[in-house]
Amino acid sequence: MQKFNKLTSIPAYLPIVNIDTDMIIPKQFLKTIKRTGLGKNLFFEMRYDDQGNEIKDFILNQKPFSQSKILIAGKNFGCGSSREHAPWALLDFGITCVISSSYADIFYNNCFKNGILPIKIDEDKIKQISEYSLRKEEIKIDLNEQKIIFGNNEVKFELDQFKKKCLIEGLDDIALSLEKSEKIETFEKKLKISKPWIFND
Amino acid sequence: MPYTIYDKIWNEHLVHEQEDGTSLLFVDRHLIHEVTSPQAFEGLRNSNRKVRQPKLTLAVADHNVPTTDRTKGISDKESKIQVETLDSNCKEFGIQIFGMNDKRQGIVHIIGPEQGFTQPGTIIVCGDSHTATHGAFGSLAFGIGTSEVEHVLATQTLVQKKSKNFRINVNGNLPIGVTSKDVILQIIGKIGTAGGTGYVIEYAGDLISNLSVENRMTICNMTIEGGARAGLIQPDQKVFDYLKDKPMSPKKEKWDKALEYWSNLKSDEGANFDKEINLNGKDIKPMVTWGTSPQDVVTIDGKVPNPKNETDPDKKNSIERSLKYMGLNSDVSVQDIKIDKVFIGSCTNGRIEDLREAAKILKDKKIANHVDAMVVPGSGLVKEKAEQEGLDKIFINSGFEWREPGCSMCLAMNADKLKPGERCASTSNRNFEGRQGRGGRTHLVSPGMAAAAAISGNLDDVRKYQN
Repeated sequence: MQKFNKLTSIPAYLPIVNIDTDMIIPKQFLKTIKRTGLGKNLFFEMRYDDQGNEIKDFILNQKPFSQSKILIAGKNFGCGSSREHAPWALLDFGITCVISSSYADIFYNNCFKNGILPIKIDEDKIKQISEYSLRKEEIKIDLNEQKIIFGNNEVKFELDQFKKKCLIEGLDDIALSLEKSEKIETFEKKLKISKPWIFND
Repeated sequence: MPYTIYDKIWNEHLVHEQEDGTSLLFVDRHLIHEVTSPQAFEGLRNSNRKVRQPKLTLAVADHNVPTTDRTKGISDKESKIQVETLDSNCKEFGIQIFGMNDKRQGIVHIIGPEQGFTQPGTIIVCGDSHTATHGAFGSLAFGIGTSEVEHVLATQTLVQKKSKNFRINVNGNLPIGVTSKDVILQIIGKIGTAGGTGYVIEYAGDLISNLSVENRMTICNMTIEGGARAGLIQPDQKVFDYLKDKPMSPKKEKWDKALEYWSNLKSDEGANFDKEINLNGKDIKPMVTWGTSPQDVVTIDGKVPNPKNETDPDKKNSIERSLKYMGLNSDVSVQDIKIDKVFIGSCTNGRIEDLREAAKILKDKKIANHVDAMVVPGSGLVKEKAEQEGLDKIFINSGFEWREPGCSMCLAMNADKLKPGERCASTSNRNFEGRQGRGGRTHLVSPGMAAAAAISGNLDDVRKYQN
């Protein structure tokens, strides 16, 4: 997994609450058997008209936001379907950091599996940063220090320390869990005795 | 110390716990489908990893399958590749799969219970947010991403942090014409789409325990629409009767031992719930959604909201955006909303009892001339049962199409979809923008309400149509 440490970019602000994963990547693009190539269809229905032309009003179709690596959005971002195609589409577009006041649980976890940092901060801080984004100036994210720096301001953010470590080091959590194979085996042996119906063999 | 059902299941599945609470949990049951699994298998191959417990995983293709004549296979090239990829992955890794022409094929959350694969006290996961459905059996069931699917395949475990406990008590009786779909829509309207974020919900109260197992599944299914990954209900005799003699249920001495364990699975007196709310059945009416989020609910005798009455700017913007997308004016009575299509099916309402409920309303009636309506049974076995009971004839005689099982127009990945601007009364679970087809407009309702809408051609009150 790609490591995440520091990031500098002009952020794009999408002032919509409850952005669901169907909006992030609609179902017609879930037929792929790959993780890559979804970026061009990110926010497809808001981004393109019926003829497939870019809708000029949409923030990610405007320069310099079309190059943004940071997306600021309304609360409850990523609700709905569990599709990991949503973070894959963000990543493929180039967005590796999302800033919102809250996220749906499954989406939030999926981000960390793909080297994307979802930052949670209070609504009033969202307001400050989104207003700042109108200047079209770069902001900085420092994961190690857990802060967002914009102009002369900075905002601290909280996150789970284990998730932070995995992002900074780009750890493969399957490999980490496989290191505990012996524990899993012991658990399975006990389970076969205590709940023999689970394996049903 | 008193524990909740969730606490108990969590504790019994702990393989390892780090100091910070990050835990490795054993997964008893893993369901997979064609959309969220191919990249997981690809990951296994790239890392030379095996599936640790192939017998604890069950596969089925449901999202992409056609609901029309299947003898010609799948015409959409990408859908075909995805379904074939699931077949070949299962063959390669030794996982049981119900193929498209197997009568046990159906929506993943319908076939799990139907086969007895779903059992109380287990942890059940699937790369699908509606995995919460299985909580109706007293299991901890939740949706996961594809990276986690790969993790479960490789290790039979999952890395998790514990959620908080949230209990929703529903007491009293349901008025005639009001169903468990209306109960869950009302709950989502009350708590909002993020109201359950960070929690596991336990549904309790005498109204819940008086519901059939299938009706409970409808409630647990839409838990995710209230933001909670899992919702569960204490297992009882109805659940045990449902599971008895199912193909994958425990047999003989194992059944006895399982039953003893299942019978004791309940939240202890005095167990701590971080959040708790109460509802009474008498206050619940037939519900319908007017907007583009499942929390946008109104009773069938209500009106479309007016953004002018909203002071919170986020909510005001959100109402305005939804009204524009839905092509609705404020303050219109919802019963004056004309519909074009009706969809009965999905993991929310595609079971035999749902079809019976709709058929009861449709018997000896015709649907409105301008309405296109279809029924998509949740599985081949549901379809077979419905045909044995003659429900297919009732649907067909009233003007409905009778289809093959699958997810169908709940998410419109196959050919079943709304055209831009088309309006649908749907028994599915999400009314998001574009969910049932680009520009399509969805109103979520119960199966009886969908039948009533089909007859009247407008959203309508099922209570007028009680046969």
